[in-house]
Amino acid sequence: MHKIAIALGLTGFLAVIAVVPATLAQQRPTVDAAKVDAAIQAAFPTFPTAASDWTPRLAPDETMKQCVANDNLPPKAVGDAIMAREKATIQYPTDGKLVGDWKKGETLAQSGFGLRFTDYPARDRPNGGNCYACHQLTKTEVSYGTIGPSLLAYGKIRNFGEAETKAAYEKIYNPHASYPCSLMPRLGNNKVLTIEQIKDAVALLMSPDSPVNQ
Amino acid sequence: MELKRTLVAVLLVIGLSPVAMAQDLDTEKAIERYRQMLKADPWSNPGLLDVDRGETLWATPRGPKNVSLEQCDLGKGPGKVDGAFAELPRYFADADRVMDVETRILWCMEKLQGFNRADLIKSPHPSGGQPVKELGAMATYVANKSSGMKFAAKLDQPKERETVALGQALFNRRSGPFDFACTTCHAETGKRIRLQGLPFLSNPEEARKVIGEWPAYRVSSTHVMTMQHRLVDCFWQMRMPPLELGSDVSVALIAYLAKTAEGGEINAPALKR
Ligand code: HEC
Ligand code: HEC
Repeated sequence: MHKIAIALGLTGFLAVIAVVPATLAQQRPTVDAAKVDAAIQAAFPTFPTAASDWTPRLAPDETMKQCVANDNLPPKAVGDAIMAREKATIQYPTDGKLVGDWKKGETLAQSGFGLRFTDYPARDRPNGGNCYACHQLTKTEVSYGTIGPSLLAYGKIRNFGEAETKAAYEKIYNPHASYPCSLMPRLGNNKVLTIEQIKDAVALLMSPDSPVNQ
Repeated sequence: MELKRTLVAVLLVIGLSPVAMAQDLDTEKAIERYRQMLKADPWSNPGLLDVDRGETLWATPRGPKNVSLEQCDLGKGPGKVDGAFAELPRYFADADRVMDVETRILWCMEKLQGFNRADLIKSPHPSGGQPVKELGAMATYVANKSSGMKFAAKLDQPKERETVALGQALFNRRSGPFDFACTTCHAETGKRIRLQGLPFLSNPEEARKVIGEWPAYRVSSTHVMTMQHRLVDCFWQMRMPPLELGSDVSVALIAYLAKTAEGGEINAPALKR
């Protein structure tokens, strides 16, 4: 489904999903949401650090609830509501500069470090964005995943445009702002990456001298 | 003894070490060599050492009550191990719960042998390079005693159906800082994360191919990994806390996977990346 949606692009995607969800929704078993929540609460009794770091992870927020209820293919009205809600979360650098250092971007794209229960107690090491887990980015890195589309030559294809640079920043900050129920993490919104790190990831995609564009 | 000697030979030939295992590509090569060895000599599967260990543990009087697990009822009556795994998870009236093989063995260790449950679930899974713990070795033994059979858990009682439905809901549920669900990684054919292939586990055809391979000998961590341990590892990737062994969430997910894999052949312990 997702592959098809990506191929069609967003407009096609929204047109397709407008007809699909009713049939999909019927296949889901009926389980009381409170029962699921209670099972989750009981299944994770111990946390490596303060409970306040962990309990929020156990529950989906409103957007995730809507995505799960629609098998990640929300009908148009729900999708529009998600995009509006998620777009409102995006914070921009105060100096207005969206492009950081692509070398740091490459490092964070390679790194899956951070927020796993073995990553505590906190170390003096930044979280990674783990882009390569899901995306092809450069010709040199052959160990890449395929959950997301290839980002080879991302900036070059887009002529390193200003609007496209902003779109890349917003995508990394919160992918649901443009693609409701994306499988990509909300790295900015969920405080996985800092604004500085997101700028570095943008640089990896949008700098002419980045290995992504060679 | 013979088995141990073969294994040492295998390890020497392949030059296995945790360091060498760190690389995905090295791992792939090592697996390929393992597969060749297994073809030549099925007994060279290192997971079989833990089957033997599990069998011995099962039959040895242990725990505060100093009894063996030979009276443990895995669903086919006390002491019946052959074919029991193929019909798990199932509802157990004595515990008034649906249980998978590991949860059931945990229950027997607590109720029959008098072990303290809290102690058993405190650190139930080995770290890389360490052998599977005792409970896991026994689960490997029990699963092996259904090798060659097909998954046939009925899961048709009301409590069982509820458990499978809960498992499906959990499989789709997204939460945590990465917004991951099991479906993020396991709901399409042919996807991979880095170089690791991701089976489409909600698809019966793909589930039938892989679910019966667990517990499995994992070449990348050089030990047997049980299904409960596999789930802990996936929740770890999801940035969730450690999953409790025997929790309803663990049982429900395993029941959902086994139901989806119904009819698939059991081949445990298999060899995995
Ligand atoms: C869990 C997998 C996953 C991770 C990790 C991930 N992405 Fe994505 N990404 C996706 C998916 C799926 C899409 C397609 C849906 C969408 O556009 O939101 C996507 C889309 C994108 C797009 C838009 C592509 C287009 O065609 O315009 C960009 C840019 C992007 N990701 C960049 C990144 C960067 C940079 C990182 C690391 C900081 C990253 N992604 C991490 C899964 C992931
Ligand atoms: C971020 C991606 C990711 C998520 C999310 C994830 N898994 Fe996995 N899972 C993996 C990877 C990677 C492997 C295979 C690892 C390997 O090749 O060694 C795997 C393997 C498995 C396997 C063994 C498959 C086989 O080939 O035999 C099972 C079963 C499984 N996962 C279940 C789950 C369940 C249930 C969930 C949700 C609780 C889940 N996974 C969530 C990445 C994920």
